[in-house]
Amino acid sequence: MLQAITKLASLRNFYFFCGKLLPWFAWPTLILMLVGLYWGLVEAPADYQQKDSYRIIFIHVPAAWMSLFVYMVMAMSAAASLIWKTKASEVVANSCAPVGAAFTFLALATGSLWGKPMWGTWWEWDARLTSELVLLFLYLGYIALQSAFEDKRTAARATAILAIVGVVNIPIIHYSVEWWFTLHQGPTVQVLKGKQAMDTSMLIPLMIMATAFKFYFVTVLLMFSRNEVLERESHTKWVQEERERL
Amino acid sequence: MGAGRERAIMTLSEFFYMDGYYLYVWASYGLALVVMLALFISPVRRKRQLLKQLGRKKRRGQRL
Amino acid sequence: MINTSTHALKTLLWRDFTLAARNKSEWMNPLLFFIFAAVLFPLGIGPDTVILKQIAPGIIWVVALLAALLSLDTLFRADYEDGSLEQLTLSPYSFSSLILGKIAVHWLLTGLPLILLSPLLATFFHLDAAATLILMQTLLLGTPVLSLIGAIGSALTVGLKRGSMLISLLVLPLYVPVLIFGANAVSASTAGLDISGHLMLIGSLLVLAITLAPLATAAALRASIG
Repeated sequence: MLQAITKLASLRNFYFFCGKLLPWFAWPTLILMLVGLYWGLVEAPADYQQKDSYRIIFIHVPAAWMSLFVYMVMAMSAAASLIWKTKASEVVANSCAPVGAAFTFLALATGSLWGKPMWGTWWEWDARLTSELVLLFLYLGYIALQSAFEDKRTAARATAILAIVGVVNIPIIHYSVEWWFTLHQGPTVQVLKGKQAMDTSMLIPLMIMATAFKFYFVTVLLMFSRNEVLERESHTKWVQEERERL
Repeated sequence: MGAGRERAIMTLSEFFYMDGYYLYVWASYGLALVVMLALFISPVRRKRQLLKQLGRKKRRGQRL
Repeated sequence: MINTSTHALKTLLWRDFTLAARNKSEWMNPLLFFIFAAVLFPLGIGPDTVILKQIAPGIIWVVALLAALLSLDTLFRADYEDGSLEQLTLSPYSFSSLILGKIAVHWLLTGLPLILLSPLLATFFHLDAAATLILMQTLLLGTPVLSLIGAIGSALTVGLKRGSMLISLLVLPLYVPVLIFGANAVSASTAGLDISGHLMLIGSLLVLAITLAPLATAAALRASIG
């Protein structure tokens, strides 16, 4: 097992390994998405209070979950790259950032679109949206730092440290924002999104979409990673052979 | 949250109308589609771009 | 052994102080910004006493935060550029402790004056004496956290040419908890609530920062140098 992992440390092996995995994640993504979308948009019954607008949660909630999950993966890859100095970990960490930022943006935008019919405003400073906003800034900071370095290895080390500092701060930020929100919550706005028990008929499409999003994340991650490997190893013979093959 | 419609299955017009919330629901799903599709296509295009760049460099005989 | 390392630390800190005395603008400019920027708010919002009193904690805290950010660029840059930072990494003493020392000096020059100037700003915003005292307490506990977390951002960007703008992007999200607890402690005290819990929260952030930030800063400096 350890031998298999150390073999992966070579970027060339990593590239082909990702290539092999790709269809195993790409196709299930498509299938799960279609099933989840059908179930969520058609099969699941309308909500008593929110009628059909609640269906936005089938995008919003998985996007929000993924925005945090991707950061965890990014931080773990970053830690691995610092501890074991593996290049593949650096590649994975860098590739996570744009995907995570996209999910966070989606969570914010759909949260806002869900909020307008519910609360009447396009933005509400509630705990979840505010936390997501700060998370987006964490992602954008990471991407900004990454692009500021010319040398890829220095960039990888610096962004790895930032990712780990970020992951330590995320629960602290989350807690402080929750605290701040309950402190200032007026009697008018009670946002109970996700706190109420959900009907099974709605929980199932949510879980399907959440799984679909996970498979989607891995698919896109593999694609971004392979590109980064090609870029890093552009001077090698095997990349030349790969180019000729394609 | 509990069920609220009389009939179990929607008609096509009900599907698009989403009980009046069509703007918000379809904007959300549309945005998700655009973002996730773009995120998927971008590495595909980047790969083609990379390989083209490598080909050009090789033809010029440049040290890579 | 302990004697030599404290001696080394003292030498380093004394050197930082003397350098700062020669480059007054490095630490004075952020303080001037602190005052100028805070004054802009009543100009932009209006002189209504009630409103100013209400927004004072948040605004003074945000401006303190921004002033801290401005001061961060100078933390490691000079030493990085003349090579003395690299020398420090090679010294036999704990790099993290030396860094903690540097950050302490930096705080004494940038954070402490902020605390001493805050009553002036409190006057501009019509904060009463009791609230001002609480404000100073939160700043006393909070500004070291700003320096410590800021040091990480400063260390990550020290090798970059336009690092100062980037520091803000990296560090501002991390400042959110300190801001929330600090500013809201002052607001809560004016409402008559007990704020010992608030102060303890900021205190815990401080302890966490003192423990972990030097390590992260050391790693970041090593990455930027090597």
